[in-house]
Amino acid sequence: MIGRQRDENPAGIHLPLDPLPGHTSRGRLERVLRRGEFAVTTELNPPDSADPEDVYNRARIFDGWVDAINAVDASGANCHMSSVGICALLTRMGYAPIMQIACRDKNRIAIQGDVLGGAAMGVANMLCLTGDGVQAGDQPGAKPVFDLDCMSLLETCRIMRDNGKFLSGRKLTTPPQLFLGAAINPFAPPIDFRPHRLGKKIASGAQFVQSQYCFDVPMFRAYMQKVRDLGYTEQCFILCGVGPLASAKTAKWIRSNVPGIHIPDSVIKRLEGAQDQKKEGKQLCIDIINEVKEIPGVSGVHVMAYRQEEYVAEIVDESGVLKGRQPWKREIRRDDQLVADRLDHILHDEITETQVDMVKTAH
Amino acid sequence: MSETTPAKDGPTVTQATLNKKAAPKSDYKPADVSPQRRVQRSFAVRLWSVRHSKLLEWFYAKFADTFLLLHPLWKGLGYNRVEGPIKFVEKRVKGFMFDCRMCGQCILSSTGMSCPMNCPKQLRNGPCGGVRANGNCEVEPDMPCVWVKAWEGSQNMVHGDRILTVQKPVDQSLRETSAWLRVTAQAAAAREAAATKTGASA
Repeated sequence: MIGRQRDENPAGIHLPLDPLPGHTSRGRLERVLRRGEFAVTTELNPPDSADPEDVYNRARIFDGWVDAINAVDASGANCHMSSVGICALLTRMGYAPIMQIACRDKNRIAIQGDVLGGAAMGVANMLCLTGDGVQAGDQPGAKPVFDLDCMSLLETCRIMRDNGKFLSGRKLTTPPQLFLGAAINPFAPPIDFRPHRLGKKIASGAQFVQSQYCFDVPMFRAYMQKVRDLGYTEQCFILCGVGPLASAKTAKWIRSNVPGIHIPDSVIKRLEGAQDQKKEGKQLCIDIINEVKEIPGVSGVHVMAYRQEEYVAEIVDESGVLKGRQPWKREIRRDDQLVADRLDHILHDEITETQVDMVKTAH
Repeated sequence: MSETTPAKDGPTVTQATLNKKAAPKSDYKPADVSPQRRVQRSFAVRLWSVRHSKLLEWFYAKFADTFLLLHPLWKGLGYNRVEGPIKFVEKRVKGFMFDCRMCGQCILSSTGMSCPMNCPKQLRNGPCGGVRANGNCEVEPDMPCVWVKAWEGSQNMVHGDRILTVQKPVDQSLRETSAWLRVTAQAAAAREAAATKTGASA
């Protein structure tokens, strides 16, 4: 298929979309969610390199399977290419990145600057996070900043967008147009506070949230019940975090070493009992997607397949969450194709024309 | 979202373990301290305060009223002149009771009498996603999460629902100043403004 896709600016894939009434951003993700379609987002494993091709190659495997790609901001407090840098590269190619902003590394001056810079590059979605503690990463001697927290960061972005002002009250000449996101973890204590915390995030400006890895569907269902009772599902799009586990050993390791990820015994038992644990981990992920997509109030899934990114397409395909819809895909445009065909003809066909020949054929 | 370390082949090691192994060896082995931890101490008093949050809430209401009654005295002496001694007392009392960090903008009444500045991430709006299953902090595994405690404490309090209000970011320029005096001066100003307003309308 060559030609313009839905949610693509005809003047260029890297340009923002036309503003729509009721939309706060000019991005693809907000359009997909507000149309009521089941959204799929994923995470790009940030490269430890200065080569843009590394980013493009890692983004290419998601082509046509996801609606937005998270550009992580030094997740786990490990140094990687910055989320701003990844977003700059991805927006050039027309992808819809979700720029993560962690409060760990930047104070309010740097963060507000990055919000403006990101928005200027065409980043429509920003995910406001607190960030992991520095001791978790490869630079434990770093100074933890935590000037803002995720809630005040959300509020800062909302003030910039809606009031057209910095936190200090100074005016912006052009406010950023953003779709604001946040993270939720329904699986960590204090469990009964968690739905209220989502309420606080919505009050601060969250329009969509991505959850931590969900391996315990009954627990997530109970959380969603509470959230629905409080009426938050009407004010916010909830994307459930899912991902494949490579093996039972990995699952056990994650459970004991990564705080905030809750993996019930039944999951580990199921993986241990399988012949091909990796395949079973993928199947488990698909089963969880199929269960959570039926929960009222769940608007999409966030597939986190760290170092198993090649499985994202299979997982999305086999779970059938897209229902035949194809998210935006980078394609060759009609005019580019024409040029490519001509060049191909010149390059590969064995024609040696002299000027005399050309005159002859012209007659 | 936390980054998980690969577990494709071989035994898996956390980055924290690698860091610990790479650290220079010597006889002096400090306990696991985070950059924020001021002193190694038990959390007994802090936890007592959370357990008795209702009592402390009642007490603080009376205490704040008394301070407001004394507003003419503070004003007469000069707020900046009394700040030194008051801060001296406040720092020690709140330091003992709550492990106060003197952020200068106390929100203990909204956080179940658990000081949010003791959170290694200094979160003022609720727990992060890394709270361990046993309710302890992800950064300091021995410390109970201050926000788990804050939620428990707020459940006992009369105005416990204040925990649901969104707090503004900390004003770092107010560090090491007296929150008691600031609150008193602000309450006095609000009272005067209300008095002139009713006076004007009457």
